[in-house]
Amino acid sequence: MSKINFLKPDKSNLYTFLYLGSFLFFVSVLDVLLNSFFSLNLTGFLPDFLSFLLPLILGFIGLYFIRIELSGIKQLDLLNKHINTNNFNAVLSLLIIFIILKSIPPILSWFFIDASFAGDSKDVCTGTGACWTYIKVWIRRFMYGMYPNGEQWRINLSFIALALLGSVGYFATDRFKKYLTLYYVVIYPFIAFLFIFFFISGGPVFFDFSYGIIAAILSIIIGFFIPSKFKFYYFLIVPFALYVLLKYFIFYEELIELGKLDGLNWVETGAWGGLSLTFIISFFCLIFCFPIGMAFALGRRSGFPLIRYISIGFIEFWRGVPLITVLFMSAVMFPMFLPADFFIDKLVRCIIAISLFEAAYVAEVIRGGLQALPRGQYEAAKSLGMGYWRMHIFVILPQALKLVIPGIANTFLALVKDTPLIFVVGLLEIVGMLNLAKTNPEWLGFAMEGYVFAAIIFWIICYAMSKYSYNLEQKYKTDR
Amino acid sequence: MNFKLKDIGPQLMTVIAVVLVFGFFTYNAQVNMENRGIDFGYGFLSQESSFDVQFSLIEYDGSHSYFRAYLVGLLNTILVSVIGIILATILGVLVGIARLSPNYLINKFAAFYVEFFRNIPLLLQIFFWYFAALRALPLPQDAEAMFGISFLTIKGLFVPAFIWENFNIFFYSIVAAIVAIIVIRTHAKKVQENQGKQIPVLLISIGLIFILPLLSFLIGGVRLSFEIPVLKQLATTSFRYEGGVSLPPELIALALSLSLYTATFIAECVRAGIQGVGKGQKEAAASIGLTPNQVLKLVVMPQALRIIIPPTTNQYLNLTKNSSLAAAIAYPDLVLVFAGTALMQTGKAIEIVSITMFTYLSLSISISLLMNWYNNKIAITEK
Repeated sequence: MSKINFLKPDKSNLYTFLYLGSFLFFVSVLDVLLNSFFSLNLTGFLPDFLSFLLPLILGFIGLYFIRIELSGIKQLDLLNKHINTNNFNAVLSLLIIFIILKSIPPILSWFFIDASFAGDSKDVCTGTGACWTYIKVWIRRFMYGMYPNGEQWRINLSFIALALLGSVGYFATDRFKKYLTLYYVVIYPFIAFLFIFFFISGGPVFFDFSYGIIAAILSIIIGFFIPSKFKFYYFLIVPFALYVLLKYFIFYEELIELGKLDGLNWVETGAWGGLSLTFIISFFCLIFCFPIGMAFALGRRSGFPLIRYISIGFIEFWRGVPLITVLFMSAVMFPMFLPADFFIDKLVRCIIAISLFEAAYVAEVIRGGLQALPRGQYEAAKSLGMGYWRMHIFVILPQALKLVIPGIANTFLALVKDTPLIFVVGLLEIVGMLNLAKTNPEWLGFAMEGYVFAAIIFWIICYAMSKYSYNLEQKYKTDR
Repeated sequence: MNFKLKDIGPQLMTVIAVVLVFGFFTYNAQVNMENRGIDFGYGFLSQESSFDVQFSLIEYDGSHSYFRAYLVGLLNTILVSVIGIILATILGVLVGIARLSPNYLINKFAAFYVEFFRNIPLLLQIFFWYFAALRALPLPQDAEAMFGISFLTIKGLFVPAFIWENFNIFFYSIVAAIVAIIVIRTHAKKVQENQGKQIPVLLISIGLIFILPLLSFLIGGVRLSFEIPVLKQLATTSFRYEGGVSLPPELIALALSLSLYTATFIAECVRAGIQGVGKGQKEAAASIGLTPNQVLKLVVMPQALRIIIPPTTNQYLNLTKNSSLAAAIAYPDLVLVFAGTALMQTGKAIEIVSITMFTYLSLSISISLLMNWYNNKIAITEK
């Protein structure tokens, strides 16, 4: 057996170093473990300073001893490769292990062990842990805002129905696949709007706008029987004619009477709130900002200088200002720009503002995709005799959009994370409701629980979205 | 000139549409303002504001003008943005490098940090720090001193104030040191290119930046003393610190959450930048005999920076714009002071919102111009 040099661990005394090193390392971890879980201080007899640093020193020496290259033991080599490459890394690894060990007990006890779950008043929350009773009592407010308790089934029903309708794409057979884009871009948002208007808001069954809807549906149905030669003119004239006919000549009074027979109570948008409002706003802004952004992205790359400059101005303006001032504008400045008797609902104004704001970001992302496409694609499409729109719809945009899936997903994530800002105009989604609940005199002092709860919800939503976008990116990745 | 209808048509229609929309808006605005008896104009800026602001970098009270209030808000916005940018850059670069570490624990720790803070809305984080975390701090009378001179309490952070004598001499000495360092660096580069000699620039620079200011203390007559915050009892249960510099909790919460949030994005930029430098570059550099430090300094970083800077600039802009969330926790920034209080008092919605937006717009554009200039400077100059 060769002489042992403790400053230079080597392979010849492998097991001596291995046992000694692991022993020291485990002692140091054990010390921290006991200290944090059972509040036992093994090294309490030493001076404070030394007792504090001792685990680190012991662990460091231990890791130093077992840092033997090519030891032949698989686990040891893996350990050395991953957390123990040199002195600096060893210290950092030790620190991270200690931090994790130290932080697990307080977090566990706050979340579960000392937390109160039972009961329905503040009195049960006497422990040092979290008061989940607070969340339990307020959960309806956090989810539905000020929406009346008895009517909340309407929100649930609409969301479940919309989720089911939204998942149609997964079950569509190949025969219907080609209609999916049309479905998601035109029909689905329209159905969503109807659900929100009739169910969540409880709007009258017949209002001015319904004539337009009836006219549109009727004209589309008749449109199938019109020869394609006349279709353009048909759709130019007939829907408007039908609308006017319906509204001013046929059963106007009767329908207004019918409209008053609605069974659902009207719930004004000011009462909406909580997580459901977050979903509603995100959903509509998502739908609106995408086509607007696409239009401005195309505009920015257009050959017409005036259209290009207008697009650049639009994009740079919205990208240069914070969302909060945009919402301020929609709240205090926008009503000044409208005729005095013309009123737009607060929620609608908000959705318009956020959509325009995010559209500028979407436009820049899409522009990136358009620029990344090789010139050959444009030239090939042109050489086939395609016009501007045909070229973009069938050749350019499908490829460009595929390229920018991550960027668009990031923009949408930012949109979801920006929705809490609507507190500026007095709409209270989940964060706003938390702030309201926290000032309730009966439930003072539970701010932490509320924010942690909301943070978990948002984190799950955003994390799921980012993972989903990653999957999409992998799915549509095509090699060039 | 031969105009074609095909070229003019779409443009003309767009312009007409834009003009119509704007015309409609301005017409309505005029009618509305006439009906309500409001007159348009920026004259109110010189009127007395008659409201107070909690925290201000320049002297301000109710007797000053609205323009002064605007300046107070603007300076506060800039202050929190600058603090946030500095902290976020330091943290972001550290985390970005940690994301690339071969050490499994560090790597996962950094990844956890990024995924955690990136996926929670910034407003929620600000609220969390302000209403939940900082409210758990001790009252002024119970606070323990940090390093014996600073106090972190529920009322904010109190740090010693610097009291300078002959500050301008000290300032000049620093400027002189920086100028000298730049001169030496250019000289060293020239020497190295011409003769191949290496001058230890780093050592000389460190020496200069310490020695020149030190000289100003020894012979320039510069004196520095500290004013340490002292606890004063105002009433039986009311205490406060006097003297020193106080940072309000709003500022701390805002700067903290802004930098924690933005650092995650900067970390991803840094990671992407360093990963973007091809492996061959590092191997080529190593094969011509550069040391690992030289590889990093001369080969990897210059190329990585070129990838890192544009998206990082975007993040700085985002941070500056996000600092407007200050309004939610009553930190007196531009939005709260000007678009909030001043708007309430004057009712000049169009003027005030337009000034606020224009200010942010010019802040954004100036930062992006600055960064574009820098970006162009370090971009590859192809020969």
